[in-house]
Amino acid sequence: MLRVGCLLGLWSLAALAQAENVVNVYSARHYDTDDAVYADFEKQTGIQVNLIEGKADALLARLKREGRRSPADVLITVDAGRLFQAEQQDIFQPISSLVLSERVPSNLRHPDGLWFGLTKRARVILRSKDRVKEGEITSYEDLAKPEWKGRVLIRSSSNVYNQSLVGSLIAAYGEQQAETWCKRLVTNLARKPQGGDRDQIKGVAAGEADVAVANSYYYARMLTGTPEERAAAAKVAIVFPNQQDRGTHVNLSGAGVCKNAPHPQNAIRFIEFLTSHQAQKTFAAGNHEYPVVKGVEMASVLDHFGHFKEDTVNAAVFGRNNPTAIQMMDRAGWR
Amino acid sequence: MKSAGRIVWPMLCWAITAVLLVPVLAILWSVTEDSDGVWQHLASTVLVGYVRNTSLLAVGVGAGTTIIGVATAWLVTYYSFPLVGVLRWALLLPLAIPTYLLAYALTDLFQFSGPVQGWLRATTGWTRQDYWFPEIRSLPGAIAILTLGLYPYVYLAARTGFVSQSTAMLDASRTLGVGPWGRFFRVALPLARPAIFAGLALVLMETLAEFGAVDYCAVDTFSTGIYRTWMSRGSLVAAAQLSACLLGVAGLLYAGEVLSRRSARYHHATQSAQSVAPTRLDGLSRPLATLLCGLPVLAGFLLPVGRFVLLTAQGGDRRAAELLVELGTNTALLASMAAALTVFTGFFLAFARREIKSRVTQVAVQGAGLGYAIPGGVIAIGILGPLWWLEDAILGQIEQHMAWTPGLFLSGTVIALLVGYQIRFLAIPLNVIGAGFAGIRPTIDDAARNLGVSRIGILRRIHMPLLRGSLLSAALLVFVDVIKELPATLILRPFNFDTLAVRVYHLASDERLAEASTCALAMVVAGLIPVVLLAPRNPNPS
Repeated sequence: MLRVGCLLGLWSLAALAQAENVVNVYSARHYDTDDAVYADFEKQTGIQVNLIEGKADALLARLKREGRRSPADVLITVDAGRLFQAEQQDIFQPISSLVLSERVPSNLRHPDGLWFGLTKRARVILRSKDRVKEGEITSYEDLAKPEWKGRVLIRSSSNVYNQSLVGSLIAAYGEQQAETWCKRLVTNLARKPQGGDRDQIKGVAAGEADVAVANSYYYARMLTGTPEERAAAAKVAIVFPNQQDRGTHVNLSGAGVCKNAPHPQNAIRFIEFLTSHQAQKTFAAGNHEYPVVKGVEMASVLDHFGHFKEDTVNAAVFGRNNPTAIQMMDRAGWR
Repeated sequence: MKSAGRIVWPMLCWAITAVLLVPVLAILWSVTEDSDGVWQHLASTVLVGYVRNTSLLAVGVGAGTTIIGVATAWLVTYYSFPLVGVLRWALLLPLAIPTYLLAYALTDLFQFSGPVQGWLRATTGWTRQDYWFPEIRSLPGAIAILTLGLYPYVYLAARTGFVSQSTAMLDASRTLGVGPWGRFFRVALPLARPAIFAGLALVLMETLAEFGAVDYCAVDTFSTGIYRTWMSRGSLVAAAQLSACLLGVAGLLYAGEVLSRRSARYHHATQSAQSVAPTRLDGLSRPLATLLCGLPVLAGFLLPVGRFVLLTAQGGDRRAAELLVELGTNTALLASMAAALTVFTGFFLAFARREIKSRVTQVAVQGAGLGYAIPGGVIAIGILGPLWWLEDAILGQIEQHMAWTPGLFLSGTVIALLVGYQIRFLAIPLNVIGAGFAGIRPTIDDAARNLGVSRIGILRRIHMPLLRGSLLSAALLVFVDVIKELPATLILRPFNFDTLAVRVYHLASDERLAEASTCALAMVVAGLIPVVLLAPRNPNPS
């Protein structure tokens, strides 16, 4: 009896993904605010969201193995490099949606509608308010200059945000110079790369180094976090790099409809919903990301950072540069 | 009848082994494939570091866990001192904490920007240049963390070994004038060796496959290299080739263990396996013994749990109330199903290894346990391929005859997860039950056989009762390990099916340690249940 019950339970899990009125989502995002957005979608459309959250590469591998029988309708990633990889591996199908092409600016979506940006995150520099004067550091290039020897914190090169940053540097001034930048950056590090973005910011606050590289939302979250975090965040200031030239490197979290999606119409409605005013506002307010849709009000912390010039190189470019970037970082000894 | 059994048993044994070996073989096969230059790139840049760090880590953790595990097991078994009754089971507590949580908690406490060093700077007014503090995010730090998290495997094994030793030998050696150190090194230790080796083998394989804690400590090993090669470089072939190296090492470990005890027998010569009465320690050695046995519990359990309690009290996971019941149920269900299945398979294979003396069988069964040294993520990807292939074939048949499809009933359900856990954790029942079998004299089997008892009868009426303790230990260890398992769960789980470990991972990877602490605590509590159940299995030899 128990065995029958278990088997039925197992099978119902598989059947769930097959029902008509659902959308099956593989997501590399893992923020609690997302659940609120999905719940809103379910309420408004009556379409049930089935969800697996995991690392993008694992989800990609799973999608590939599942092939034509894959239950996945939508794949969401947290960076442009993985969108590009999914595109290369023929995971997505092109979709045309007036709503999406109207809402999402053209440099933040695939030209053929394979994927669409949902939110933006800027890779910024945080400087110690005590030890680094305003204007003393203004660009990624500065990080590699000799006067910053032993004063820089950045996380491991295994991290995709760093890979995309280096990918954008390759796009900006070619492989050779980008590699030189990596090598010099490594000699400037105050410690072996370790921990996450927040750990770099905390390190600067505690006096372990003078500048750190991190994604904008980590800093924003620390500013609104626990008292301990707020105290640390108060000791550093945000610098948007390269405002005088190409602009600050911006990465994308984005989504596309899977090639073998059993529910393509629901998938399109779902992605459209994620770019709605309401959803964009939740992303911005809950997770401190920059909305891709113009005119959506930002979280007050982000507003406080002010507007900044973005590097507008298409995400596909640094996505393509990803493998080169990793090899380069290995050679530079950037762990 | 007898000749049929001679064919059926090995066939069944090989069939199970073959299924379990599929991902292992797939990994070995990858060596023949072309990695498109990635392997050459690895060899010229990072590989030397991987080899060095992995070896040092394994040696360090192996030595650390053996010293702590054996010393504490010896003390609490043969001596009585304050709190010994508590320490006997408290020494198992770190088992309940996954090594990556231990790493989160301990690095959070001891890193430069953490509370301990922060307090030091605040009270002394020092800055970074003014003092030296051991770097927790380092190879020694990783060795310390893994030692604290894994020594209970050796402790448990050594204690089982010591407790089951008969007093006769120790009494004999005492009569012959051997001192306490001599009795330890020359009698008890050699006798407990198979048990200790079994525990140590688990520790070493766990160390080889360890990703979370090692990565958090910023140490690059084979395991982190596999993930980096796969994730960042997108090269599954090169990642599999790195895994093949790990497999090679694990294979050597096994071979070494098997060879080293080849000719020895470890079962009792006499019938009366009466256990030892503990000797009372005197003077300074009393508090010293308490301190020695208390330290691993303090650093490996009380400190991290205390940190999580504090973080939870300060804020914690706001959605805990809404999620805990569901996540807890999923976790417990998964862990119990996996434990039951794995122990069943392990018991069968361990029995087959005892019965069928052919070398092929021995090697095959041993090989089925190699999954313990492969990172969970690699196993997950390794089984998705064959599983999907099987599923596709079956679904094709169904769809041809019916206008209905059951969907991905293998790879889209917990079946995929259960298969993954089997492969990952089979080494536990193989080792634990195998060690149990080693303690049963073959003459008992022979006697039963002469009395006309069938193989199944021997298994059911003689081995099962005698091995009850080993079976239970194995089941509980697998249960705890599944609760803690992360990478395979993350990749193989079905829709809308999260576990406590997954929730902790999501929050922690988003650098929300304070929020992750709530579910981390829940995991520890869930892991404590079997540890508490193990405690009475951990008998008091008085």
